[in-house]
Amino acid sequence: MRFRTLVYYFREAFLSIFRNSWLSLAAVGTVTISLLILGCSLLLVVNTDRLADQLESSLEISVFLKDGLKQEEIRELNDKIRFLPGVVQVQFISKEEALEEMRRSFGPRKEILDGLEEDNPLPDTFRIKAWRADQVVEVARKVASMDGVEDVRYGQGVVERLVVVTHWVRVAGIGAMILVGAAAVFLISTTIRLSVFARRREIGIMKYLGATNWFVRFPFLIEGMVLGLLGSLLAAVLVYAGYFSLVEHLARVMPFIPLVSDGQVVFSLLGGLVGLGLIIGALGSAISIHRFLNV
Amino acid sequence: MIRFYGVTKIYPNGVKALDNVNLHIRKGEFLFLVGPSGAGKTTLTRLIFREELPTRGQVLFNGKNVARLRSREVPYLRRKIGMVFQDFRLLPQKTVFENVAFALEVTGASSREIKRRVPEVLKLVGLEGKAGVLPAQLSGGEQQRVGIARAIVNNPVLLIADEPTGNLDPETSWELMELFQKINNNGTTILMVTHARDIVDAMKKRVVALESGRIVRDEEGGGYRNEV
Repeated sequence: MRFRTLVYYFREAFLSIFRNSWLSLAAVGTVTISLLILGCSLLLVVNTDRLADQLESSLEISVFLKDGLKQEEIRELNDKIRFLPGVVQVQFISKEEALEEMRRSFGPRKEILDGLEEDNPLPDTFRIKAWRADQVVEVARKVASMDGVEDVRYGQGVVERLVVVTHWVRVAGIGAMILVGAAAVFLISTTIRLSVFARRREIGIMKYLGATNWFVRFPFLIEGMVLGLLGSLLAAVLVYAGYFSLVEHLARVMPFIPLVSDGQVVFSLLGGLVGLGLIIGALGSAISIHRFLNV
Repeated sequence: MIRFYGVTKIYPNGVKALDNVNLHIRKGEFLFLVGPSGAGKTTLTRLIFREELPTRGQVLFNGKNVARLRSREVPYLRRKIGMVFQDFRLLPQKTVFENVAFALEVTGASSREIKRRVPEVLKLVGLEGKAGVLPAQLSGGEQQRVGIARAIVNNPVLLIADEPTGNLDPETSWELMELFQKINNNGTTILMVTHARDIVDAMKKRVVALESGRIVRDEEGGGYRNEV
């Protein structure tokens, strides 16, 4: 393909975009919205997945003890737990240590916890490491039935809930994205249809001059793809800016919530959004080219 | 070069536009196609151009059955044929140069080719000084010259002109006929649909007359009507 021909395609595509500037804007806007929805829900999914992974891999059971147990009772419990099958390690964390640990995790904001030493609401805790993930439930059940144990928490339940949440976020996000994405495809195809009608006369002449079908179609395809690209770039920029300011913000206020912030994951996600924008654009123009451009 | 063998064209609405037409157009010929409105003249040109397909019979272009061409081959057939219209069909937002260049652009020609070829053709049709002008600023005769320039810029073997002087005054028409003659002298076959009786009578070319879809007369050096 000659450079001049390529220039011609793009010039015609951009002329059409500016000719129907309002509709083009609407088309770009819907692409942006649909990809924003997709981008946000994907980020949520990626993060909950990551969180679930972390929880699962820790295989840790927290045993909260009743208040006011004697030292001997605690030691007895410790021994009983240690000899349960599947237990690798038992660690005792006193109320005071627990408070100190929480203080550390709050980092620069630790003053919030000042004054709690007097009336420490945190219980004494055993942290149990299990050998394998599938033993966690059994160990937790046995420990829960022991005297002096207030409550037993382990990742499993949270993990299962997270999986459910992730699933619904995924379904809802993709559902919403498909709906808005369909609207975007529709709007792009409407834009292209108007472009085709605006250039009907020219298209007729092109056919008389022996233009190949693809020569006639290409500017319209490019027009749709440019609209999709603009919309997706806008969405990618918004997702990027929004997400990283959230990451930064959360790192300051809630440092114990780990957000996925490595470039690899986020940028491949943004790249996916842009690719999808191009596909939406191409699909929209393909529909109109097919229906209204009888070449 | 072009042969019609028993060509009949019936449109979907039942109108029989051509009825068993046999015709042979030779290379280098200048042929007038005459006849009353609705006689099938335009249909005949459309069959050559493959805008329509014959209902029965065959149209051959350089020995190839036009109806058998695959749709992706059609543009290459059309590049061998230049079309000139009664209403010029220029693009109003493009200059004279751009209108003519468009025909080359559509075939994927290079910038260099366009810069070489367009001025050449504009000179041939006598519009050297008007390259940068918009069609609306030209007279009807000049606009048709642009149309002709666009039709011949690809060096077509056949030029089909469908009432090219239909919207023009007699004097301008004659100037255009001189141009067509010049193009014909350069070797391009010309098929001209026309109602311009005095032109046909004066030019003394081959005249094919259609009536109700049938060829009623085909004579060399003939006039618009039989009695001439």
